[in-house]
Amino acid sequence: MPDSSLLDQVKDFANRPNPYPVYAKLRQNPVSRQDDGTAEGTWVAATHGTIARLLQDPRVSSDTLPPADRPRTGNPLTDLIVKPLKDWMMDRHRVFIFRDPPDHDALRSAVMHQFSCARVQAMRARSDALVTDLLEEKREAREIDAVDDLAYPLPVTVICELFGVPREDEPKFHGWATQLATALEPDSLSNTEIRAKNSRTFDAIGGYMGDLIREKRRHPRDDMLSGLANHATPAGVKMGDYDLIATSILMLVAGHETTVNLITNGLLTLLRHPDELERLRQDPTRAPRLIEELLRYEPPVQFRTRRTLSAIDIAGVTVPEGADLVLLLAAGNRDESVFPDPDRFDPDRTGTRHLGFGGSLHYCVGAPLARFEAEAALTALARRLKAPRLIADPPPYRQGAALRGPEHLRVAIDGIA
Amino acid sequence: MAALERAVIVGAGLAGLRGAEALREAGFSGSLTIVGAEPHFPYDRPPLSKHVLAGAIPAESTALPHGLDADVDWQLGTPAAGLDRRAGTVRLADGRALPYDRLLIATGTRARPWPNPHEGRLAGVFTLRGRDDAAALRRALAAGPRRVLVIGGGFIGCEVASLCRKLDLPVTLVDPGPTPLARVLGRTIGAFIGAIHAGHGVDLRCGTEIEWLEGAGGRLVRAHCVGGGRIEADIAVVALGAVRNTEWLDGAGLSVDPGGVDCDGAGHVLDAEGQSDPQIAAAGDVARFPHPLYDGRRVALEHWSHAVAQAAHAGRLLAGAPPDAAYGAMPTFWSTQGDLVVKSAGLTQGADAVVIAQGNPATGRFIALYGRAGRCIAAVSVDSARWLPAHAELVAAGAPFPPAGAATDRPKGVAILDPGFS
Amino acid sequence: MSTRADASPGSPPGLRVSVDLNLCQAYAQCCYAAPRHFRIEGHEALFYDPAPAAQDRDDIERARVACPVQAIRVEDRGRGA
Repeated sequence: MPDSSLLDQVKDFANRPNPYPVYAKLRQNPVSRQDDGTAEGTWVAATHGTIARLLQDPRVSSDTLPPADRPRTGNPLTDLIVKPLKDWMMDRHRVFIFRDPPDHDALRSAVMHQFSCARVQAMRARSDALVTDLLEEKREAREIDAVDDLAYPLPVTVICELFGVPREDEPKFHGWATQLATALEPDSLSNTEIRAKNSRTFDAIGGYMGDLIREKRRHPRDDMLSGLANHATPAGVKMGDYDLIATSILMLVAGHETTVNLITNGLLTLLRHPDELERLRQDPTRAPRLIEELLRYEPPVQFRTRRTLSAIDIAGVTVPEGADLVLLLAAGNRDESVFPDPDRFDPDRTGTRHLGFGGSLHYCVGAPLARFEAEAALTALARRLKAPRLIADPPPYRQGAALRGPEHLRVAIDGIA
Repeated sequence: MAALERAVIVGAGLAGLRGAEALREAGFSGSLTIVGAEPHFPYDRPPLSKHVLAGAIPAESTALPHGLDADVDWQLGTPAAGLDRRAGTVRLADGRALPYDRLLIATGTRARPWPNPHEGRLAGVFTLRGRDDAAALRRALAAGPRRVLVIGGGFIGCEVASLCRKLDLPVTLVDPGPTPLARVLGRTIGAFIGAIHAGHGVDLRCGTEIEWLEGAGGRLVRAHCVGGGRIEADIAVVALGAVRNTEWLDGAGLSVDPGGVDCDGAGHVLDAEGQSDPQIAAAGDVARFPHPLYDGRRVALEHWSHAVAQAAHAGRLLAGAPPDAAYGAMPTFWSTQGDLVVKSAGLTQGADAVVIAQGNPATGRFIALYGRAGRCIAAVSVDSARWLPAHAELVAAGAPFPPAGAATDRPKGVAILDPGFS
Repeated sequence: MSTRADASPGSPPGLRVSVDLNLCQAYAQCCYAAPRHFRIEGHEALFYDPAPAAQDRDDIERARVACPVQAIRVEDRGRGA
């Protein structure tokens, strides 16, 4: 029995609190083949240079999903006629993070057109107000859970208001979002049970979104979904219903599953670096730099997967055509050839090109929103929490290796100012 | 390093400024004098033909940010008139002589004027190089001309013409070549870009040459084409390229001609016998140097990034960096033409083939990759900037051309086209 | 004319911004951070204000640090010194 591969160690839940020593081992070979039980293996890029190159390499595809294969029902009519049709529709209307140009570009441009500076600025102001409200609710508390009390409800409320999803439906789509986010975890693509579950979840949330889209057509509001459902971009791009449903699901999942980790990782990091917490409290204009460093140091999305369209020579190895690639963004962010003393949290670093939001065509759509939300949350927490202390370090983590962050972050406080 | 040493930088543009910064950053602590022909502190030129003409910003707000402290002697509005290497002095137009121990030549270029000086002086006839040029042309465009005539289909010509369309002004672009940008990008890619501009309403007249400009009462009223034909226009922008400012070096004993002042690989200037002068470096548009990426071919590049990178290199060199480090940064440039962004890496000169490596010219977004003798030599992106770095790497590596294998947004079996350099 | 850099009308106090448009890949993060001073036209043509008002320095700083390719350079003569 060979040692477990380093990629297995990345996935290993035991390493969730601190995967960075495993990443350091992976960086010893900038691009390495890791056993995953298949003949081809999975290729992992772990240095800043190789990840940055592969992110922008046209031979690297984001079309990584295997063909849709919905579970059979036993009903011959469904299995022989409806299933292939539905599989075909699913394949044709994947979310754009799993697509390449030109389709990716068209779909993304429609989203970006609605994700306007004015809307994001409005949510910036809204974030400050929401943080104030959320902290107000805990005014008398001597302990908070940074996840449940702030880091989760803030981005969820923001994405709901921005996109135009009723906030009161949150209990419904919370479970859907968590389930679908597993699609970003490497094993989910080969695990038939997870895929079947995701497929059912997709149907449920798809039905919900379909209803919502019809509602937005009848009664348009000033939100992104109304815009996408009713208007084309200046270049004439307007999504059909299936693409719009898929895109809506993506927005909702992304709004649920990423920024929560940025905020929680941020507070955790600040509590582990009390000097930085104090500096931020004294000078909130440090927040933007601090958040960039956080995106380097503890990125909410640790890695993304890709596939090669042709063989690629890189860093002394040849990644074959059709290979699965893992771009270990969080490992590249700790590459000492780019970031001196990489394991030190130092918001005063200059000129950092971190990989926290990915890069090139698939650079995180929600990045500006995440930054504003994190700034609102972290500056308020620094200013208002009295004598915050971690109750458990490390805190308990969520399952995900790709979307990595604490499940809860309990903090003892002497009150909220 | 002796604190009494004197450094003189001739040229107060981007290259002069970045050279001065690099000199200081590398530890030079002597006196530092920057000589500029214009009365302005260093400013950024690219916005002039875009933001300033669009009226988005005033010309004077293009002053460049810089890291120099107050300890710099700025000699602005006084062009250099001569160089005496034996005496170690730069002579200024007002007759003063500035002694130097280290000298950076960064005098750049000026706009090539309309060949007939009388016609060139007509009100309504402009060139576009400096900040004052841009301010004057902006005033003229804002006054709502009947039609703007742009003479010359190079990058500046295309930028001005497409910008006029953004301002909703009627504009005619004439160029004697077969397409715009044919000299730099070839006819094939030039035609694609020309079609995009034509689609935005630029009246494109290729294969047309202006014979003379007609005035009335001292104002331009129309232009006459060679072989007949007239273009009614009250503004003409002469965009016929640039002339290097090397005249002040006549008699200095350097290897210099209108194509630039010659440098060795490190950046020191060469004298008439081909010997390096270790006290003098050159950088920016005016410096002609052997480019290691192109078999040592001598080139002088009029690119923003080149001015920055070569001046930084020259500043370090003058501060005492070892001269064995050759300068060889990948040539890159960008051009904002209306809402269209054209970027390039490498030099297209000598290309014998071109492929559309990604995207589709019909959609207005694509990457063109140029090859010569089976190697990639240049890449051009049109509204596809995020794909350019990967192709720039192919150029830097001299990768085989055409690129093999599948890629996103690339048709199977790319067509190999004649780039159309004549 | 001989002048000192800090005493010149050509270099007034306040903010100076320049963007290396060779590096710029139109990620538009600056536009979200400081929408009054940066905007993208068409697919990727960045237009920016090279001399923003000093009171907007916090947003300009947000834009600078958020740039994924670190193409934004800011000179701030109004602070410190």
